[in-house]
Amino acid sequence: MFHVGIKSTVCACAHGRLSTKMALPVGALRLNQLAVSRNFYKFTCCVGARSLSDNVSSKPVPSSATEVAGDHLIYTRDHFALQESLRKIVDQEINPHVDQWEAEGTFPAHKVFKILGNAGFLGVNKPVGQRDGGWWSHGELKATNVVKGFFYPGGGGVEYGGLGLDFSYSIAVSEELGNIRCGGVPMAIGVQTDMATPALARFGSAELKEEFLLPSIAGDKVACLGVSEVGAGSDVSSILTKAVKKGDEYVINGGKMWTTNGTQADWICLLANTSDGPPHRNKSLICLPMNLPGVHIARKIEKLGMWSSDTAEVFFDDVRVPCKNIVGQEGMGFTYQMLQFQEERLWAVGNIVTMMDNIIQETIQYTRQRKIFKLPVLYHQSVNFRLAELQTEVELLRSLLHRATALYIKGNDVTKLASMAKLKAGRLAREVGDSCLQYWGGMGFTSDVLVSRFYRDSRLLSIGGGADEVMLAIICKYMDTLPKK
Amino acid sequence: MSGRVLVGVKRVIDYAVKIRVKPDNSGVVTDGVKHSMNPFCEIAVEEAVKLKEKKFIKEVVAVSCGPQQAQETIRTALAMGADRGIHVEVTGKDYDTLGPLQVSKIFAALAKKEDAQLLILGKQAIDDDCNQTGQMTAALLDWPQGTFASEVSLEGDKIKVVREIDGGLETIKINTPAVLTADLRLNTPRYATLPNIMKAKKKKIAQVKPADLGVDITSRLEVLRVDEPPQRLAGVTVETVDDLVAKLKESGTI
Repeated sequence: MFHVGIKSTVCACAHGRLSTKMALPVGALRLNQLAVSRNFYKFTCCVGARSLSDNVSSKPVPSSATEVAGDHLIYTRDHFALQESLRKIVDQEINPHVDQWEAEGTFPAHKVFKILGNAGFLGVNKPVGQRDGGWWSHGELKATNVVKGFFYPGGGGVEYGGLGLDFSYSIAVSEELGNIRCGGVPMAIGVQTDMATPALARFGSAELKEEFLLPSIAGDKVACLGVSEVGAGSDVSSILTKAVKKGDEYVINGGKMWTTNGTQADWICLLANTSDGPPHRNKSLICLPMNLPGVHIARKIEKLGMWSSDTAEVFFDDVRVPCKNIVGQEGMGFTYQMLQFQEERLWAVGNIVTMMDNIIQETIQYTRQRKIFKLPVLYHQSVNFRLAELQTEVELLRSLLHRATALYIKGNDVTKLASMAKLKAGRLAREVGDSCLQYWGGMGFTSDVLVSRFYRDSRLLSIGGGADEVMLAIICKYMDTLPKK
Repeated sequence: MSGRVLVGVKRVIDYAVKIRVKPDNSGVVTDGVKHSMNPFCEIAVEEAVKLKEKKFIKEVVAVSCGPQQAQETIRTALAMGADRGIHVEVTGKDYDTLGPLQVSKIFAALAKKEDAQLLILGKQAIDDDCNQTGQMTAALLDWPQGTFASEVSLEGDKIKVVREIDGGLETIKINTPAVLTADLRLNTPRYATLPNIMKAKKKKIAQVKPADLGVDITSRLEVLRVDEPPQRLAGVTVETVDDLVAKLKESGTI
């Protein structure tokens, strides 16, 4: 199995309310927008100007709202309560600032993660705690290549602050984060929760977990993932970063690329070669504080999209780190990273599904009021039919996501389904972005609207977190259609 | 003093939803529409939980009147820190015609039954904007009321309430038991944290019917018709103040 270019869970822009930059206390902002929304304004769209009436555009009713809690395939009332609470945080603490963060090319990760951490959203499927002297795992997947353990607190152990919930709750979180009006911030959150920390949570020592996992779940420390390199994206096994053992330290030399959160992270989960063995067995994961001498953040990468997420190129120049900072067993790093791919990929799909819903809804609203040749654009059959096609495919993808999640939490190996979902998600997001942007006409080409941001941000999904080609190869493997050696 | 606070929470159409009037003009569309706790009720819950955290009171009971779905609203209150809930079951036509007077009677009955020291409500609901329930409940109970509260402090067996009124702020001191209604700036409601959402599952919600409380919920009001406000017409720009005055005179406004 390969890994890819940009280590990121990818998501694109979401509908929300176009926020006004009024200096109102948060509570007042909500109630003020309430006062506005109670009027039946037409959705006005002045070029450049964000008028108050823009806030009137109603939130699209997410499809999960049409299903009663009892009928949903995987979500219970608790999932919906979780989403409702998270939505408030997104609406009040994140969305009002997204435009500014996109313009600045970064977002305050420590601040945002602390808010999420306080509310318990960074450790949804992380262990609750660990018993002194060891842990015991509850439930193991029988499927090949996947080991999953749940940890329960024993008497007198360390509390990691995780909630120990199953992966369906993580998916509920990822779907709700799709309401953030950009792809960068959800991606950064995804790195913190589901890319840099799962291996540590499962295989790290108690000491290591206390130093790195506990504060990451609390939102006190920002994590990043160091796997991809300039010369190695999809082909993880060919990374060059080396960690040479010298006494009770590793000396690390090399560099990492596409490091989301890289310019502001406190620590990096680094994959490095720790021996000379076969390429799938000579790598280890190491928890590396980013403030160690020798760690250079070479540059912040300018990208086509995901502007609010700072992506760094990092160099390691004789960086010394204690050997005990290795996660789990030496040589198992590659395997550990692979284990969490199903979760990473499904997480990315959760994000994008909500975003696509929102983009389609926003496009419907725009084309309903925008007239062309005396008819609303929406009433032209080519438009409403195309939106119907796109919505159909989004629902199909959502069904695949929920099906894969349902199977996964029961202990099945869902590599094939997760790869299919990721593949479809990347391609569908490009179609949705492209088609919807077309219907926005000239406005779609401006920076004032969400659809253009979505168009840029969502392009990453087919590349990062497992490129389309990698997904296809995995599916072929399961279909047994690859050339035989 | 029982140290018990009752908080009323109402399930309303979410503030961000675009309201649509039913084709028969009998009301607004509520089916399939996103609902959530009335924002002022959230502020009320937050205040009650804060008082408990400061140890002024011992127990917060969240109350909601309505159909099954009202329990979701109570659960949100539980996730914010309320200790238990009471769901007063009102469904169908009864729910459609349920208004402040009936709800006040229900709250008054419950306040007596639960031996409440304090009843905190939102100042008004964002669906009907009545701003009556708190005041009516206080009247029915013959309790003092501190409405439009932007600051509340308990001082012994009295409550100091700073009220937002048209002219500014008014500070009053009232005896307990009392009814308070929360205004916007009273506090900023906390986010229901995930651990608290999970803990809320174990908290109890009791079910009662209005009849059990001896309350007759027949409405004395009949909604004749619901309409959208008239479409806002385009404005006219004028160059000078004189033009403006002339136009206003022309339209008969002045």
